[in-house]
Amino acid sequence: MAVIGTASKTKASGKSLQSRHVSKAYPGWFYAPAAIIYGVLFLLPTLLSFFFSLTRWTLFDWEFIGFDNFLQFFSEPFLIQGTFNTLFFAFFTSGTKVVLGMLLAIWLSGPVFAKGYLRAVIFFPVLVSTVGVGITFKELMQPQDGVINASLSFFGIEGPGWLADPGMALFSVAIVDVWRGVGIATVIYLAGLAAIPQEYTEAALMDGATKLKKFRHITLPLLFPATSTVIILSLIGGLRSFDLIWAMTKGGPGFASDVLASIIFKQYQAGFYGLSTAGNVVLFIVVTAIVYPLNRWLNKREVDY
Amino acid sequence: MTSLRSRKAMTAIAGFTVAAFALSGCASGDSADSGTSTDTGSSDSGSSSEPVELSFLVDNSDQTVGTAEALASAFTAQNPNITIDVETRPGGAEGDNIVKTRLATGEMTDIFWYNSGSLLQALNPNDTLVDLSGEDFMDNVNEAFIAGVTSGDGVFGVPAQTAMGGGILYNKDIYAELGLEVPVTWDEFMDNNAAIKAAGYDPVIQTYGDTWTSQLLVLADYHNVEQANPGWAADYTANEANYSDTASARQGFDRLQEIHEAGYMNSDAATALFNDGLAKLALGEGAHYPMLTFAVSTINDIEGGDVEKIGFFAQPGDSADSNGLTVWLSAAIYMPQTTEGAEREAALQFMDFVASAEGCAAITEGVGQQGPYFINSCTEVDESLSSPIRDMFPYFETPGATTPALEFLSPVKGPALEQITVATGTGQYTAEEAAALYDEDVKKQAQQLGLEGW
Repeated sequence: MAVIGTASKTKASGKSLQSRHVSKAYPGWFYAPAAIIYGVLFLLPTLLSFFFSLTRWTLFDWEFIGFDNFLQFFSEPFLIQGTFNTLFFAFFTSGTKVVLGMLLAIWLSGPVFAKGYLRAVIFFPVLVSTVGVGITFKELMQPQDGVINASLSFFGIEGPGWLADPGMALFSVAIVDVWRGVGIATVIYLAGLAAIPQEYTEAALMDGATKLKKFRHITLPLLFPATSTVIILSLIGGLRSFDLIWAMTKGGPGFASDVLASIIFKQYQAGFYGLSTAGNVVLFIVVTAIVYPLNRWLNKREVDY
Repeated sequence: MTSLRSRKAMTAIAGFTVAAFALSGCASGDSADSGTSTDTGSSDSGSSSEPVELSFLVDNSDQTVGTAEALASAFTAQNPNITIDVETRPGGAEGDNIVKTRLATGEMTDIFWYNSGSLLQALNPNDTLVDLSGEDFMDNVNEAFIAGVTSGDGVFGVPAQTAMGGGILYNKDIYAELGLEVPVTWDEFMDNNAAIKAAGYDPVIQTYGDTWTSQLLVLADYHNVEQANPGWAADYTANEANYSDTASARQGFDRLQEIHEAGYMNSDAATALFNDGLAKLALGEGAHYPMLTFAVSTINDIEGGDVEKIGFFAQPGDSADSNGLTVWLSAAIYMPQTTEGAEREAALQFMDFVASAEGCAAITEGVGQQGPYFINSCTEVDESLSSPIRDMFPYFETPGATTPALEFLSPVKGPALEQITVATGTGQYTAEEAAALYDEDVKKQAQQLGLEGW
């Protein structure tokens, strides 16, 4: 009773009162549970990791060694290749997802037979566990008796050693990552397409625009928010990508498909805790340095008719 | 009015919280009390009548679990009041992390199974494990093994298995068919490979799908390194020698490159798994498989496999005179410092049993003998030893023909060796590059361990 009374009174007496009422109804300590969980499970470990990256630590004790871990990390013989691999993987998968996702979404938003079924099929890989996908494709891509090469040899083509050939391994993993992740991009684009008002298309048709012109001047620019979302999400995912690579090649053969995350993981496994913490700090900085400016640039370029 | 109501609510919540804390405080106090009283009870009544249960963490390989259970059940048959509960964990690097984490948090089982040598050193044994050097049963343990479980002044484990050889398993049918002799020099080995290749078999099986198998040609060459440079392990530990600057040490990588370049590997080497490799060897598709002798225990499980058709020889070096075997020390059983009271007594009793002839007999009966035991009183040799295992014994009977693998003589072992050897065996790196990369890798390990001179 009393609550309804106050509410109606504030409504009558204007905006400023209402906001004061809102802040009263949800006092600061309402945030406390979330803040504690966020602080203990995220902020604290993150800050601690900045400190521990400057030490050589075991589970039993630690020794402060300044920036030695970073020097060591940057002198890793495989780091250059690993960095290159990471960038290739991130930009290749992100770019392919943008193109494929957009094409699939445009196709699936048109008049297609069994539209709902096809949409489900394209989204399905997203629901499967990454490690499961990795293990399955590892078997499919077996050079001698894997399904892919067996099918190719049926047509008289000798398939490559997908994961066994050092020059192919990372590319093969990237293809699987696109297969696995293109569903998300498609769904985002479908939503983006649905949000484009019909009036523009109708107006363009009245003016005699071709299909290509319509796509170039209406669909593409108005899909830009969707594109920037897909780029950011898949680029961050690609830069940090680990699970699929680990399940399929463990960074091998040799070091041929190592990325930053798998190098860091191997250092952690080997017990080089300080070094791997430093590696994570580097990865954090690299991801931020690429994604933050890109995000701002993409946001600026968004258009509104 | 609202504020008054909310204040009431607050007070109620606060009151409730305080009560809850008080309650839980009481409860934990109670349980602590009852805990102590049971403890005193058990020590009063004496350890013989009160049953003790020991938890025992082992890795999940069939061989390990079989051995651990054979030891546990034979021991419980002798000491009915002590039961041993075997728990398993994954092997490899994941298992290492589990062991380290459980030790660091004080959650380790009463006793546990773990490698000797360099991996043990990484557990910081002086701070985490119970020193067994004063126990009588350690007198019955072979000296070579003691060296592998010593850190500082402490000795920490009892051998849980037999010695293993690292060398080359070969298919005796192929050797008989082509009239080949067991090689004692590397040149003879390569001549054999040429003949085997000409006859249409794969001379050397490699299985890089399981990366650890790629290290054998480097690791099993250590006897030859030691012959060319006696005491190399100590120089290596002190950072006075490395793989790049010692020709004999680099030779393991050279061998791998040589075999790759000669085209002696199976065509699916890049993806084949350990079990595929064993099957190829057992079924006569390939002639040689550089491997540890433990592998032969499962050959009879392969369809059409017969372990009697498999033989074993040490990795040949430059000279026939210095031909000898690189030996792997077995895993050991350790006790963390967190094991106390009746459990510690029971665990020492169990270790005493493991380090006795009865312990060896229990292992032989449970999983079969896999090589010479490290227990001095275990002189009995199982009649039914398989052919490759029998081939190991002559090396042990010849003085100076066995050397422990480097990882038991030095705490320094780089974690990326298996990737480096895969890269060498698939032709991505030359032996020279591989040796230099491995030296870099080793440096990190030595620094992490805080060794002098790195």
